[in-house]
Amino acid sequence: MTTPDTSTRSVIVEKEFPHPPEKVWRALTESSLIEQWLLKNDFQPVAGHSFRLSRDPMPNWNGVIDCQVITVEPCRALSYTWGALGMESVVTFTLTPTDAGTHVRMEQSGFRPDQGANYKGAQYGWQRFMGNLERVVAGLE
Amino acid sequence: MPSVANSLFRALADPTRRAIFERLTRDGEQTVHALTERAGVSQPMVSKHLSALKRARLVRNRRHGRETHYRARPEALAPLVDWIGDYGVFWQSRFDRLGELLERMDK
Repeated sequence: MTTPDTSTRSVIVEKEFPHPPEKVWRALTESSLIEQWLLKNDFQPVAGHSFRLSRDPMPNWNGVIDCQVITVEPCRALSYTWGALGMESVVTFTLTPTDAGTHVRMEQSGFRPDQGANYKGAQYGWQRFMGNLERVVAGLE
Repeated sequence: MPSVANSLFRALADPTRRAIFERLTRDGEQTVHALTERAGVSQPMVSKHLSALKRARLVRNRRHGRETHYRARPEALAPLVDWIGDYGVFWQSRFDRLGELLERMDK
């Protein structure tokens, strides 16, 4: 079964850092460095590697984000799945060298239920629901 | 991520509930009977799903004679959209921290 990515929701954050791509890459892929800017983790820069990011627990949520590495292109691109609260999305970092340093683009997209929930929801697609949701909320104003 | 969004996810996690909610959004107010005819499940199940949607404030009901009429409250979905928007705020602040870390790595 194919699931066309019709979700229009995505989060994009871009910033240029006055540091070379090699250094930014280390911050994105070394576990102890990731913890210093993102979250506690057991990340390894290996495609297929499953890892967890953890934030402080909050009401109704233990704070654990289940992830799996998809792409590792040293100093260029890194992507992993991001599963929390029954919703899965994909986080992709893209590094581009600039005269002053490195342009970093983070896109989080494809929000949909994780595999278990998706299986249950197969008879009524969540993607379609999210698309409709957009229209409904857009019509609220 | 707020627990309001979490309760919405739970309410909408069930495909039958999503279908009922969407039908109310699309077709306007309907009776439990009318919803049952098209839901493909028994009336007690439809009522159970409607209760769950009502707890999440996604629908409201009114009694008219023997029938209970339900209508959608699409505005209750707003926290769900906000929840995704919250990620924008989250990543923005993490990028600030990434910048600080890169400065520290110099030393």
